[in-house]
Amino acid sequence: MSGAAPWTIAGVRAALAAKKISARELAAEFYSRIDRRNAELNAYLTLSPERAYAQADRIDAAVSRGETLPPLAGVPMAIKDVISTRGVRTTCASKMLEDYIPPYDATAAERLERAGAVFLGKTNCDEFAMGGSNENSAYGPVRNPVALDRVPGGSSGGSAAAVAAGLAVAALGTDTGGSIRQPGAFCGIPGLMPTYGRVSRYGLVAFASSLDKIGPFAGNVADIAAVTAAIAGHDTYDSTSAAVPVPDYAAGLEKPVQGLRIGVPEDYFGKGLDPEVQEKIHAGIALLERLGCRRIPLRMPHTDYAIATYYIIATAEASSNLARYDGVRYGLRAPGATLTEMYRQTRDRGFGSEVKRRIMLGTYVLSAGYYDAYYLRAQRVRALIARDFSDAFEKVDAIITPTAPTTAFRLGEKTADPLQMYLADVYTVTGSLAGVPGISVPCGKTRAGLPVGLQIFGPHFSEERVLQIAHAFEAAGGFSL
Amino acid sequence: MKISREEVLRVAELAHLGLSPEEIETYGRQLDDILAYVDKLKALDVTNVEPMTQVLYPAAGADGAESHPELREDTLRPSDVADAVLARAPEAEKPFFRVPKVIDR
Repeated sequence: MSGAAPWTIAGVRAALAAKKISARELAAEFYSRIDRRNAELNAYLTLSPERAYAQADRIDAAVSRGETLPPLAGVPMAIKDVISTRGVRTTCASKMLEDYIPPYDATAAERLERAGAVFLGKTNCDEFAMGGSNENSAYGPVRNPVALDRVPGGSSGGSAAAVAAGLAVAALGTDTGGSIRQPGAFCGIPGLMPTYGRVSRYGLVAFASSLDKIGPFAGNVADIAAVTAAIAGHDTYDSTSAAVPVPDYAAGLEKPVQGLRIGVPEDYFGKGLDPEVQEKIHAGIALLERLGCRRIPLRMPHTDYAIATYYIIATAEASSNLARYDGVRYGLRAPGATLTEMYRQTRDRGFGSEVKRRIMLGTYVLSAGYYDAYYLRAQRVRALIARDFSDAFEKVDAIITPTAPTTAFRLGEKTADPLQMYLADVYTVTGSLAGVPGISVPCGKTRAGLPVGLQIFGPHFSEERVLQIAHAFEAAGGFSL
Repeated sequence: MKISREEVLRVAELAHLGLSPEEIETYGRQLDDILAYVDKLKALDVTNVEPMTQVLYPAAGADGAESHPELREDTLRPSDVADAVLARAPEAEKPFFRVPKVIDR
Protein backbone atom coordinates (compact mmCIF):
# COMPACT_ATOMS: atom_id res chain seq x y z
CA MET A 1 0.00 0.00 0.00
CA SER A 2 1.04 3.60 -0.53
CA GLY A 3 1.66 5.91 2.40
CA ALA A 4 -1.73 7.60 1.98
CA ALA A 5 -4.28 7.21 4.78
CA PRO A 6 -6.56 4.22 4.14
CA TRP A 7 -10.04 4.81 2.79
CA THR A 8 -12.88 4.81 5.34
CA ILE A 9 -16.63 4.81 4.76
CA ALA A 10 -16.86 8.44 5.89
CA GLY A 11 -13.89 9.30 3.66
CA VAL A 12 -15.56 7.70 0.62
CA ARG A 13 -18.77 9.62 1.25
CA ALA A 14 -16.99 12.93 1.65
CA ALA A 15 -14.84 12.39 -1.45
CA LEU A 16 -17.88 11.44 -3.55
CA ALA A 17 -19.98 14.33 -2.29
CA ALA A 18 -17.13 16.79 -2.96
CA LYS A 19 -16.65 15.19 -6.40
CA LYS A 20 -12.98 14.52 -5.66
CA ILE A 21 -13.41 11.04 -7.09
CA SER A 22 -16.26 9.13 -8.73
CA ALA A 23 -17.51 5.79 -7.49
CA ARG A 24 -16.34 4.27 -10.79
CA GLU A 25 -12.81 5.68 -10.36
CA LEU A 26 -12.70 4.43 -6.78
CA ALA A 27 -13.76 0.91 -7.84
CA ALA A 28 -11.11 1.01 -10.59
CA GLU A 29 -8.49 2.07 -8.04
CA PHE A 30 -9.36 -0.94 -5.87
CA TYR A 31 -9.30 -3.31 -8.85
CA SER A 32 -5.83 -2.07 -9.72
CA ARG A 33 -4.71 -2.71 -6.13
CA ILE A 34 -6.21 -6.21 -6.38
CA ASP A 35 -4.32 -6.73 -9.66
CA ARG A 36 -1.08 -5.88 -7.90
CA ARG A 37 -1.52 -7.87 -4.70
CA ASN A 38 -3.98 -10.72 -5.14
CA ALA A 39 -1.63 -13.19 -6.85
CA GLU A 40 0.46 -13.12 -3.69
CA LEU A 41 -2.31 -12.98 -1.06
CA ASN A 42 -4.99 -15.14 -2.77
CA ALA A 43 -7.65 -13.17 -0.88
CA TYR A 44 -10.17 -12.97 -3.75
CA LEU A 45 -11.51 -16.04 -5.57
CA THR A 46 -13.83 -14.25 -7.99
CA LEU A 47 -14.03 -10.61 -9.08
CA SER A 48 -17.35 -9.09 -10.08
CA PRO A 49 -16.44 -5.94 -12.06
CA GLU A 50 -19.67 -5.95 -14.07
CA ARG A 51 -21.79 -5.78 -10.95
CA ALA A 52 -19.37 -3.36 -9.25
CA TYR A 53 -19.27 -0.85 -12.11
CA ALA A 54 -23.04 -1.00 -12.66
CA GLN A 55 -23.52 -0.11 -8.98
CA ALA A 56 -20.79 2.55 -9.11
CA ASP A 57 -22.53 4.17 -12.09
CA ARG A 58 -25.81 4.27 -10.16
CA ILE A 59 -24.03 6.03 -7.29
CA ASP A 60 -22.30 8.47 -9.65
CA ALA A 61 -25.66 9.27 -11.25
CA ALA A 62 -27.10 9.98 -7.80
CA VAL A 63 -24.14 12.27 -7.04
CA SER A 64 -24.62 14.19 -10.27
CA ARG A 65 -28.34 14.62 -9.55
CA GLY A 66 -27.39 16.03 -6.15
CA GLU A 67 -29.32 13.33 -4.25
CA THR A 68 -28.69 12.40 -0.64
CA LEU A 69 -26.34 9.44 -0.83
CA PRO A 70 -27.17 6.17 0.92
CA PRO A 71 -25.00 5.32 3.96
CA LEU A 72 -22.50 3.05 2.15
CA ALA A 73 -22.53 4.90 -1.16
CA GLY A 74 -19.66 3.82 -3.37
CA VAL A 75 -17.88 1.85 -0.62
CA PRO A 76 -15.76 -0.92 -2.24
CA MET A 77 -16.54 -4.14 -0.38
CA ALA A 78 -15.64 -7.81 -0.46
CA ILE A 79 -18.05 -10.64 0.30
CA LYS A 80 -17.00 -14.00 1.76
CA ASP A 81 -17.62 -16.74 -0.75
CA VAL A 82 -20.15 -18.62 1.41
CA ILE A 83 -22.65 -15.74 0.99
CA SER A 84 -24.86 -16.05 -2.09
CA THR A 85 -24.59 -13.32 -4.72
CA ARG A 86 -26.95 -13.30 -7.67
CA GLY A 87 -25.12 -13.90 -10.93
CA VAL A 88 -21.72 -14.02 -9.23
CA ARG A 89 -20.05 -17.41 -8.71
CA THR A 90 -20.27 -18.60 -5.09
CA THR A 91 -17.92 -21.53 -4.48
CA CYS A 92 -17.71 -21.82 -0.67
CA ALA A 93 -14.03 -22.44 -1.50
CA SER A 94 -15.09 -25.98 -2.46
CA LYS A 95 -14.71 -28.04 -5.62
CA MET A 96 -18.31 -29.04 -5.00
CA LEU A 97 -19.53 -25.57 -6.04
CA GLU A 98 -16.76 -24.60 -8.46
CA ASP A 99 -19.25 -23.46 -11.13
CA TYR A 100 -22.21 -22.57 -8.93
CA ILE A 101 -23.89 -19.25 -9.75
CA PRO A 102 -26.70 -18.42 -7.29
CA PRO A 103 -30.01 -17.25 -8.79
CA TYR A 104 -30.59 -14.93 -5.79
CA ASP A 105 -28.83 -12.64 -3.31
CA ALA A 106 -28.38 -13.31 0.39
CA THR A 107 -30.40 -10.76 2.37
CA ALA A 108 -27.20 -9.27 3.84
CA ALA A 109 -25.72 -8.79 0.36
CA GLU A 110 -28.93 -7.32 -0.99
CA ARG A 111 -29.18 -4.87 1.93
CA LEU A 112 -25.56 -3.78 1.50
CA GLU A 113 -26.08 -3.06 -2.16
CA ARG A 114 -29.28 -1.18 -1.39
CA ALA A 115 -27.20 0.88 1.07
CA GLY A 116 -24.90 1.82 -1.82
CA ALA A 117 -21.99 -0.60 -1.40
CA VAL A 118 -19.99 -1.70 -4.45
CA PHE A 119 -19.15 -5.44 -4.52
CA LEU A 120 -15.63 -5.94 -5.80
CA GLY A 121 -15.74 -9.72 -5.54
CA LYS A 122 -15.89 -12.87 -3.46
CA THR A 123 -13.23 -13.76 -0.93
CA ASN A 124 -11.40 -16.97 -0.16
CA CYS A 125 -12.11 -18.91 3.03
CA ASP A 126 -11.86 -22.37 4.51
CA GLU A 127 -14.07 -24.79 2.56
CA PHE A 128 -17.68 -24.30 3.71
CA ALA A 129 -16.22 -22.06 6.45
CA MET A 130 -14.68 -25.06 8.23
CA GLY A 131 -11.29 -24.13 9.58
CA GLY A 132 -9.25 -21.63 11.53
CA SER A 133 -6.42 -20.87 9.12
CA ASN A 134 -7.86 -20.63 5.59
CA GLU A 135 -5.67 -23.62 4.67
CA ASN A 136 -8.75 -25.76 3.95
CA SER A 137 -9.67 -23.82 0.80
CA ALA A 138 -9.84 -25.92 -2.37
CA TYR A 139 -8.29 -22.92 -4.12
CA GLY A 140 -5.18 -22.55 -1.99
CA PRO A 141 -4.45 -20.75 1.28
CA VAL A 142 -4.60 -17.00 1.84
CA ARG A 143 -1.45 -15.32 3.10
CA ASN A 144 -1.50 -12.88 5.99
CA PRO A 145 -0.65 -9.41 4.62
CA VAL A 146 1.11 -8.58 7.90
CA ALA A 147 3.51 -11.55 7.55
CA LEU A 148 3.34 -13.50 4.30
CA ASP A 149 4.65 -16.76 5.75
CA ARG A 150 1.73 -16.85 8.19
CA VAL A 151 -1.96 -17.71 7.99
CA PRO A 152 -4.54 -14.91 8.02
CA GLY A 153 -6.73 -16.97 10.35
CA GLY A 154 -10.00 -18.50 9.33
CA SER A 155 -12.37 -19.27 8.19
CA SER A 156 -12.98 -15.73 6.83
CA GLY A 157 -9.28 -15.31 6.00
CA GLY A 158 -9.79 -13.79 2.56
CA SER A 159 -12.13 -11.08 3.84
CA ALA A 160 -9.77 -10.17 6.69
CA ALA A 161 -6.70 -10.15 4.44
CA ALA A 162 -8.48 -8.05 1.78
CA VAL A 163 -9.38 -5.34 4.30
CA ALA A 164 -6.00 -5.46 6.07
CA ALA A 165 -4.15 -5.14 2.75
CA GLY A 166 -6.32 -2.26 1.52
CA LEU A 167 -8.00 -4.37 -1.20
CA ALA A 168 -11.46 -3.49 0.18
CA VAL A 169 -12.73 -0.80 2.55
CA ALA A 170 -14.92 -3.30 4.38
CA ALA A 171 -15.95 -6.92 3.96
CA LEU A 172 -18.54 -9.44 5.05
CA GLY A 173 -17.39 -12.56 6.82
CA THR A 174 -19.19 -15.28 8.70
CA ASP A 175 -18.53 -16.50 12.22
CA THR A 176 -19.57 -19.95 13.45
CA GLY A 177 -16.90 -20.58 16.11
CA GLY A 178 -14.62 -17.56 15.70
CA SER A 179 -14.31 -17.19 11.94
CA ILE A 180 -14.59 -13.39 11.95
CA ARG A 181 -12.96 -12.54 15.27
CA GLN A 182 -9.86 -14.75 14.98
CA PRO A 183 -8.85 -13.65 11.43
CA GLY A 184 -9.55 -10.07 12.52
CA ALA A 185 -7.10 -10.57 15.39
CA PHE A 186 -4.48 -12.28 13.19
CA CYS A 187 -4.64 -9.57 10.49
CA GLY A 188 -4.82 -6.60 12.89
CA ILE A 189 -8.32 -5.25 12.06
CA PRO A 190 -11.64 -5.15 13.92
CA GLY A 191 -14.29 -7.78 13.16
CA LEU A 192 -17.74 -8.22 14.70
CA MET A 193 -19.78 -11.35 15.32
CA PRO A 194 -23.32 -10.06 15.86
CA THR A 195 -25.89 -11.69 18.16
CA TYR A 196 -27.51 -14.85 16.78
CA GLY A 197 -30.61 -13.60 14.96
CA ARG A 198 -29.36 -10.02 14.52
CA VAL A 199 -28.46 -10.47 10.84
CA SER A 200 -30.49 -12.65 8.48
CA ARG A 201 -28.83 -15.87 7.37
CA TYR A 202 -30.98 -16.09 4.23
CA GLY A 203 -28.61 -16.90 1.39
CA LEU A 204 -25.72 -17.82 3.68
CA VAL A 205 -24.65 -21.33 2.68
CA ALA A 206 -25.31 -23.29 5.87
CA PHE A 207 -22.52 -24.88 7.91
CA ALA A 208 -23.97 -25.06 11.46
CA SER A 209 -27.34 -23.34 11.51
CA SER A 210 -27.57 -22.74 15.28
CA LEU A 211 -24.15 -21.05 15.26
CA ASP A 212 -23.67 -19.31 11.88
CA LYS A 213 -23.66 -15.49 11.86
CA ILE A 214 -22.81 -12.94 9.18
CA GLY A 215 -20.78 -9.91 10.28
CA PRO A 216 -18.36 -7.22 9.10
CA PHE A 217 -14.64 -6.51 8.93
CA ALA A 218 -13.43 -2.93 8.44
CA GLY A 219 -10.47 -0.73 9.19
CA ASN A 220 -12.09 1.00 12.17
CA VAL A 221 -14.99 0.60 14.59
CA ALA A 222 -17.17 3.35 13.08
CA ASP A 223 -17.11 1.48 9.77
CA ILE A 224 -17.99 -1.78 11.52
CA ALA A 225 -20.99 0.06 13.02
CA ALA A 226 -22.05 1.42 9.62
CA VAL A 227 -21.95 -1.98 7.90
CA THR A 228 -23.72 -3.68 10.81
CA ALA A 229 -26.50 -1.08 10.72
CA ALA A 230 -27.00 -1.78 7.02
CA ILE A 231 -27.34 -5.57 7.34
CA ALA A 232 -29.07 -5.97 10.74
CA GLY A 233 -32.77 -6.45 11.33
CA HIS A 234 -35.63 -8.82 10.84
CA ASP A 235 -36.09 -10.70 7.58
CA THR A 236 -39.18 -12.72 6.72
CA TYR A 237 -36.93 -15.14 4.76
CA ASP A 238 -35.11 -16.24 7.94
CA SER A 239 -37.39 -17.43 10.74
CA THR A 240 -34.45 -17.27 13.18
CA SER A 241 -33.86 -13.58 12.50
CA ALA A 242 -35.13 -11.52 15.41
CA ALA A 243 -37.73 -8.77 15.34
CA VAL A 244 -35.64 -6.73 17.76
CA PRO A 245 -35.28 -3.04 16.77
CA VAL A 246 -31.90 -1.99 15.34
CA PRO A 247 -30.46 0.96 17.29
CA ASP A 248 -28.53 3.80 15.66
CA TYR A 249 -25.08 2.27 16.18
CA ALA A 250 -23.20 5.31 14.89
CA ALA A 251 -24.96 7.60 17.36
CA GLY A 252 -24.00 5.34 20.28
CA LEU A 253 -20.28 5.25 19.52
CA GLU A 254 -19.34 8.43 21.35
CA LYS A 255 -21.13 7.63 24.60
CA PRO A 256 -18.63 7.67 27.47
CA VAL A 257 -17.60 4.29 28.84
CA GLN A 258 -16.96 5.67 32.31
CA GLY A 259 -18.54 3.51 34.99
CA LEU A 260 -19.13 0.49 32.75
CA ARG A 261 -18.32 -2.77 34.51
CA ILE A 262 -15.96 -4.96 32.50
CA GLY A 263 -15.65 -8.58 33.53
CA VAL A 264 -12.32 -10.34 33.18
CA PRO A 265 -12.81 -14.12 33.44
CA GLU A 266 -9.72 -15.84 34.82
CA ASP A 267 -10.72 -18.95 32.87
CA TYR A 268 -9.52 -17.20 29.68
CA PHE A 269 -6.01 -16.60 30.99
CA GLY A 270 -4.82 -20.14 31.71
CA LYS A 271 -2.53 -22.70 30.15
CA GLY A 272 -1.92 -22.27 26.42
CA LEU A 273 -2.16 -18.48 26.40
CA ASP A 274 0.97 -16.99 24.82
CA PRO A 275 2.67 -14.77 27.45
CA GLU A 276 3.16 -11.89 25.01
CA VAL A 277 -0.52 -12.00 24.04
CA GLN A 278 -1.44 -12.03 27.73
CA GLU A 279 0.77 -9.00 28.36
CA LYS A 280 -0.95 -7.03 25.58
CA ILE A 281 -4.45 -7.97 26.77
CA HIS A 282 -3.57 -6.86 30.31
CA ALA A 283 -2.35 -3.56 28.86
CA GLY A 284 -5.64 -3.28 26.96
CA ILE A 285 -7.67 -3.89 30.11
CA ALA A 286 -5.57 -1.32 31.98
CA LEU A 287 -6.34 1.20 29.23
CA LEU A 288 -10.08 0.57 29.61
CA GLU A 289 -9.70 1.10 33.37
CA ARG A 290 -8.00 4.43 32.71
CA LEU A 291 -11.05 5.35 30.61
CA GLY A 292 -13.18 4.80 33.72
CA CYS A 293 -14.34 1.21 33.25
CA ARG A 294 -14.53 -0.85 36.42
CA ARG A 295 -12.70 -4.15 36.25
CA ILE A 296 -14.56 -7.06 37.85
CA PRO A 297 -12.89 -10.47 38.23
CA LEU A 298 -15.12 -13.30 37.00
CA ARG A 299 -15.32 -17.07 36.89
CA MET A 300 -16.92 -18.74 33.86
CA PRO A 301 -16.50 -22.33 35.01
CA HIS A 302 -17.62 -24.15 31.85
CA THR A 303 -15.18 -22.40 29.50
CA ASP A 304 -12.92 -25.44 29.42
CA TYR A 305 -15.76 -27.58 27.99
CA ALA A 306 -16.56 -25.26 25.10
CA ILE A 307 -14.32 -26.77 22.41
CA ALA A 308 -15.65 -30.29 22.98
CA THR A 309 -19.23 -29.00 22.99
CA TYR A 310 -18.70 -26.90 19.91
CA TYR A 311 -17.10 -29.63 17.81
CA ILE A 312 -19.95 -32.04 18.56
CA ILE A 313 -22.76 -29.58 17.83
CA ALA A 314 -21.13 -27.87 14.83
CA THR A 315 -20.18 -31.14 13.12
CA ALA A 316 -23.59 -32.70 13.81
CA GLU A 317 -25.29 -29.72 12.16
CA ALA A 318 -22.75 -29.75 9.32
CA SER A 319 -23.37 -33.43 8.57
CA SER A 320 -27.07 -32.65 8.15
CA ASN A 321 -26.61 -29.41 6.22
CA LEU A 322 -24.06 -30.84 3.82
CA ALA A 323 -26.28 -33.82 2.96
CA ARG A 324 -27.72 -31.56 0.26
CA TYR A 325 -24.57 -31.89 -1.86
CA ASP A 326 -25.55 -35.04 -3.67
CA GLY A 327 -25.03 -34.11 -7.33
CA VAL A 328 -28.75 -33.88 -8.07
CA ARG A 329 -29.78 -30.23 -8.09
CA TYR A 330 -26.67 -28.04 -8.32
CA GLY A 331 -22.92 -28.15 -8.11
CA LEU A 332 -20.68 -31.03 -9.00
CA ARG A 333 -22.00 -34.37 -10.24
CA ALA A 334 -19.66 -37.31 -10.67
CA PRO A 335 -20.88 -40.16 -12.82
CA GLY A 336 -22.18 -43.31 -11.13
CA ALA A 337 -24.11 -46.31 -12.40
CA THR A 338 -26.65 -46.09 -9.59
CA LEU A 339 -28.04 -43.18 -7.60
CA THR A 340 -26.10 -44.21 -4.48
CA GLU A 341 -22.91 -44.61 -6.46
CA MET A 342 -23.43 -41.14 -7.96
CA TYR A 343 -23.93 -39.63 -4.46
CA ARG A 344 -20.78 -41.28 -3.18
CA GLN A 345 -18.57 -40.39 -6.12
CA THR A 346 -19.82 -36.81 -6.11
CA ARG A 347 -19.21 -36.29 -2.40
CA ASP A 348 -15.88 -38.04 -2.52
CA ARG A 349 -14.59 -35.80 -5.31
CA GLY A 350 -16.34 -32.60 -4.29
CA PHE A 351 -15.42 -32.35 -0.60
CA GLY A 352 -11.95 -31.67 0.80
CA SER A 353 -10.46 -33.56 3.70
CA GLU A 354 -11.53 -31.28 6.59
CA VAL A 355 -15.12 -31.20 5.35
CA LYS A 356 -15.17 -35.00 5.12
CA ARG A 357 -13.65 -35.29 8.59
CA ARG A 358 -16.37 -33.08 10.07
CA ILE A 359 -19.14 -34.88 8.20
CA MET A 360 -17.76 -38.16 9.56
CA LEU A 361 -17.60 -36.85 13.14
CA GLY A 362 -21.06 -35.28 12.89
CA THR A 363 -22.59 -38.42 11.42
CA TYR A 364 -20.99 -40.49 14.18
CA VAL A 365 -22.26 -38.33 17.08
CA LEU A 366 -25.79 -38.35 15.64
CA SER A 367 -25.85 -42.06 14.85
CA ALA A 368 -27.95 -44.63 16.72
CA GLY A 369 -26.33 -45.56 20.01
CA TYR A 370 -24.21 -42.40 20.28
CA TYR A 371 -26.79 -39.61 20.03
CA ASP A 372 -27.45 -39.38 23.79
CA ALA A 373 -23.84 -39.79 24.83
CA TYR A 374 -22.50 -37.11 22.50
CA TYR A 375 -25.04 -34.84 20.84
CA LEU A 376 -27.64 -34.60 23.59
CA ARG A 377 -24.97 -34.24 26.27
CA ALA A 378 -23.29 -31.47 24.25
CA GLN A 379 -26.59 -29.61 24.02
CA ARG A 380 -26.93 -29.77 27.81
CA VAL A 381 -23.38 -28.49 28.29
CA ARG A 382 -24.16 -25.74 25.77
CA ALA A 383 -26.91 -24.61 28.15
CA LEU A 384 -24.34 -24.45 30.98
CA ILE A 385 -21.96 -22.37 28.85
CA ALA A 386 -24.82 -20.00 27.95
CA ARG A 387 -25.63 -19.79 31.66
CA ASP A 388 -22.00 -18.78 32.40
CA PHE A 389 -22.65 -15.78 30.15
CA SER A 390 -26.08 -14.86 31.53
CA ASP A 391 -24.73 -15.16 35.13
CA ALA A 392 -21.76 -12.96 34.21
CA PHE A 393 -24.00 -10.32 32.64
CA GLU A 394 -25.88 -10.01 35.97
CA LYS A 395 -22.65 -8.52 37.34
CA VAL A 396 -20.94 -6.87 34.38
CA ASP A 397 -21.78 -4.88 31.24
CA ALA A 398 -19.18 -6.55 29.03
CA ILE A 399 -16.59 -9.32 29.16
CA ILE A 400 -12.99 -8.76 28.04
CA THR A 401 -10.76 -11.65 26.91
CA PRO A 402 -8.02 -12.42 24.42
CA THR A 403 -9.48 -13.29 20.99
CA ALA A 404 -7.02 -16.12 20.39
CA PRO A 405 -4.37 -17.81 22.55
CA THR A 406 -1.59 -17.04 20.04
CA THR A 407 -0.79 -14.71 17.18
CA ALA A 408 -0.97 -15.86 13.54
CA PHE A 409 0.87 -19.16 13.13
CA ARG A 410 2.94 -20.26 10.14
CA LEU A 411 1.36 -21.85 7.08
CA GLY A 412 1.44 -25.61 7.54
CA GLU A 413 2.21 -25.40 11.25
CA LYS A 414 -1.02 -27.02 12.47
CA THR A 415 -2.40 -28.83 9.42
CA ALA A 416 -1.17 -32.29 10.46
CA ASP A 417 -3.17 -32.36 13.70
CA PRO A 418 -6.85 -31.35 13.42
CA LEU A 419 -7.36 -31.39 17.19
CA GLN A 420 -4.57 -28.84 17.74
CA MET A 421 -6.21 -26.62 15.13
CA TYR A 422 -9.57 -26.92 16.92
CA LEU A 423 -8.03 -25.94 20.27
CA ALA A 424 -7.03 -22.56 18.79
CA ASP A 425 -10.75 -21.61 18.92
CA VAL A 426 -10.82 -21.89 22.71
CA TYR A 427 -11.74 -18.25 23.48
CA THR A 428 -14.16 -17.64 20.63
CA VAL A 429 -16.44 -20.72 20.60
CA THR A 430 -17.87 -19.91 24.05
CA GLY A 431 -19.67 -16.80 22.83
CA SER A 432 -20.68 -18.58 19.62
CA LEU A 433 -22.44 -21.28 21.64
CA ALA A 434 -24.16 -18.71 23.88
CA GLY A 435 -25.31 -16.66 20.85
CA VAL A 436 -23.99 -13.36 22.25
CA PRO A 437 -22.22 -10.65 20.20
CA GLY A 438 -18.44 -10.35 20.27
CA ILE A 439 -15.96 -8.06 18.59
CA SER A 440 -12.22 -8.47 18.17
CA VAL A 441 -10.26 -5.24 18.07
CA PRO A 442 -6.52 -4.79 17.49
CA CYS A 443 -4.56 -4.52 20.77
CA GLY A 444 -1.04 -3.81 19.64
CA LYS A 445 1.60 -6.10 18.21
CA THR A 446 4.11 -8.53 19.66
CA ARG A 447 7.85 -7.88 19.43
CA ALA A 448 7.83 -9.93 16.21
CA GLY A 449 5.31 -7.44 14.79
CA LEU A 450 2.31 -9.78 14.86
CA PRO A 451 -1.11 -8.33 15.75
CA VAL A 452 -2.94 -9.25 18.97
CA GLY A 453 -6.75 -9.14 19.21
CA LEU A 454 -8.77 -8.13 22.28
CA GLN A 455 -12.27 -9.61 22.43
CA ILE A 456 -15.31 -7.83 23.89
CA PHE A 457 -18.48 -9.83 24.55
CA GLY A 458 -21.81 -8.23 25.47
CA PRO A 459 -25.28 -9.56 26.33
CA HIS A 460 -27.63 -10.61 23.51
CA PHE A 461 -28.48 -7.70 21.18
CA SER A 462 -26.00 -5.34 22.89
CA GLU A 463 -23.99 -4.60 19.74
CA GLU A 464 -24.39 -0.90 20.55
CA ARG A 465 -22.48 -1.26 23.83
CA VAL A 466 -19.85 -3.61 22.40
CA LEU A 467 -19.19 -1.11 19.60
CA GLN A 468 -19.16 1.77 22.07
CA ILE A 469 -16.43 0.13 24.17
CA ALA A 470 -14.48 -0.90 21.06
CA HIS A 471 -14.68 2.65 19.72
CA ALA A 472 -13.52 4.19 23.01
CA PHE A 473 -10.64 1.71 23.08
CA GLU A 474 -9.68 2.64 19.51
CA ALA A 475 -9.96 6.39 20.18
CA ALA A 476 -7.68 6.04 23.23
CA GLY A 477 -4.97 4.44 21.13
CA GLY A 478 -5.74 0.83 22.10
CA PHE A 479 -5.21 -0.47 18.56
CA SER A 480 -1.51 0.43 18.71
CA LEU A 481 -0.75 -0.41 22.36
CA MET B 1 -9.70 -47.19 20.71
CA LYS B 2 -12.96 -45.27 20.66
CA ILE B 3 -13.88 -46.15 17.09
CA SER B 4 -13.21 -49.36 15.15
CA ARG B 5 -12.45 -49.69 11.46
CA GLU B 6 -15.90 -51.25 10.97
CA GLU B 7 -17.51 -48.20 12.60
CA VAL B 8 -15.54 -45.84 10.36
CA LEU B 9 -16.83 -47.76 7.34
CA ARG B 10 -20.39 -47.73 8.66
CA VAL B 11 -20.28 -43.95 9.30
CA ALA B 12 -18.83 -43.34 5.82
CA GLU B 13 -21.68 -45.36 4.35
CA LEU B 14 -24.29 -43.42 6.36
CA ALA B 15 -22.73 -40.14 5.14
CA HIS B 16 -22.51 -41.35 1.51
CA LEU B 17 -18.77 -40.86 1.48
CA GLY B 18 -16.69 -43.26 -0.56
CA LEU B 19 -13.36 -43.20 1.29
CA SER B 20 -10.02 -44.53 0.10
CA PRO B 21 -8.17 -47.08 2.29
CA GLU B 22 -5.75 -44.32 3.35
CA GLU B 23 -8.64 -42.03 4.30
CA ILE B 24 -10.25 -44.78 6.34
CA GLU B 25 -7.01 -45.22 8.28
CA THR B 26 -6.38 -41.47 8.74
CA TYR B 27 -9.95 -40.54 9.68
CA GLY B 28 -10.14 -43.50 12.03
CA ARG B 29 -7.08 -42.29 13.90
CA GLN B 30 -8.12 -38.63 13.93
CA LEU B 31 -11.71 -39.34 14.99
CA ASP B 32 -10.29 -41.46 17.76
CA ASP B 33 -8.21 -38.50 19.03
CA ILE B 34 -11.16 -36.13 18.82
CA LEU B 35 -13.59 -38.52 20.52
CA ALA B 36 -11.07 -39.13 23.32
CA TYR B 37 -10.84 -35.35 23.78
CA VAL B 38 -14.61 -34.71 23.83
CA ASP B 39 -14.98 -37.40 26.50
CA LYS B 40 -14.17 -34.63 28.98
CA LEU B 41 -17.86 -33.67 28.80
CA LYS B 42 -18.60 -36.87 30.73
CA ALA B 43 -17.04 -35.28 33.80
CA LEU B 44 -19.98 -32.87 34.09
CA ASP B 45 -23.21 -33.74 35.85
CA VAL B 46 -25.94 -32.61 33.44
CA THR B 47 -28.86 -34.65 34.78
CA ASN B 48 -31.00 -31.62 35.59
CA VAL B 49 -29.93 -29.42 32.69
CA GLU B 50 -32.34 -28.90 29.79
CA PRO B 51 -30.64 -29.26 26.41
CA MET B 52 -30.22 -25.93 24.59
CA THR B 53 -32.15 -26.63 21.41
CA GLN B 54 -32.99 -23.02 20.59
CA VAL B 55 -30.66 -20.04 20.45
CA LEU B 56 -32.98 -17.21 19.54
CA TYR B 57 -35.75 -17.59 22.14
CA PRO B 58 -33.54 -17.00 25.17
CA ALA B 59 -31.73 -14.29 23.24
CA ALA B 60 -34.80 -12.32 22.24
CA GLY B 61 -36.51 -12.47 25.64
CA ALA B 62 -38.33 -14.82 27.96
CA ASP B 63 -41.72 -14.66 26.31
CA GLY B 64 -41.42 -16.75 23.18
CA ALA B 65 -44.64 -15.66 21.49
CA GLU B 66 -44.00 -12.00 22.23
CA SER B 67 -40.46 -12.04 20.92
CA HIS B 68 -41.04 -14.37 18.01
CA PRO B 69 -43.59 -12.82 15.66
CA GLU B 70 -41.56 -14.42 12.86
CA LEU B 71 -43.97 -17.35 12.99
CA ARG B 72 -45.90 -15.77 10.12
CA GLU B 73 -49.07 -16.86 8.44
CA ASP B 74 -48.57 -19.85 6.18
CA THR B 75 -49.68 -18.22 2.95
CA LEU B 76 -48.77 -18.87 -0.66
CA ARG B 77 -46.46 -16.41 -2.37
CA PRO B 78 -45.38 -16.37 -5.98
CA SER B 79 -42.00 -17.94 -6.72
CA ASP B 80 -40.67 -17.90 -10.24
CA VAL B 81 -37.25 -19.48 -9.97
CA ALA B 82 -37.87 -22.98 -11.35
CA ASP B 83 -36.28 -22.26 -14.74
CA ALA B 84 -33.27 -20.51 -13.22
CA VAL B 85 -32.76 -23.40 -10.81
CA LEU B 86 -33.10 -26.10 -13.47
CA ALA B 87 -30.76 -24.19 -15.78
CA ARG B 88 -27.97 -24.71 -13.22
CA ALA B 89 -28.68 -28.36 -12.51
CA PRO B 90 -26.07 -30.95 -13.56
CA GLU B 91 -28.75 -32.70 -15.62
CA ALA B 92 -32.34 -31.60 -16.05
CA GLU B 93 -35.34 -32.23 -18.22
CA LYS B 94 -38.03 -29.66 -17.46
CA PRO B 95 -39.63 -29.79 -15.01
CA PHE B 96 -37.43 -32.54 -13.53
CA PHE B 97 -33.90 -33.17 -12.34
CA ARG B 98 -32.46 -36.25 -14.06
CA VAL B 99 -30.65 -38.84 -11.96
CA PRO B 100 -29.24 -42.33 -12.63
CA LYS B 101 -31.73 -45.15 -12.61
CA VAL B 102 -33.10 -45.62 -9.08
CA ILE B 103 -35.01 -48.89 -9.37
CA ASP B 104 -33.70 -52.00 -11.08
CA ARG B 105 -36.22 -54.45 -12.51
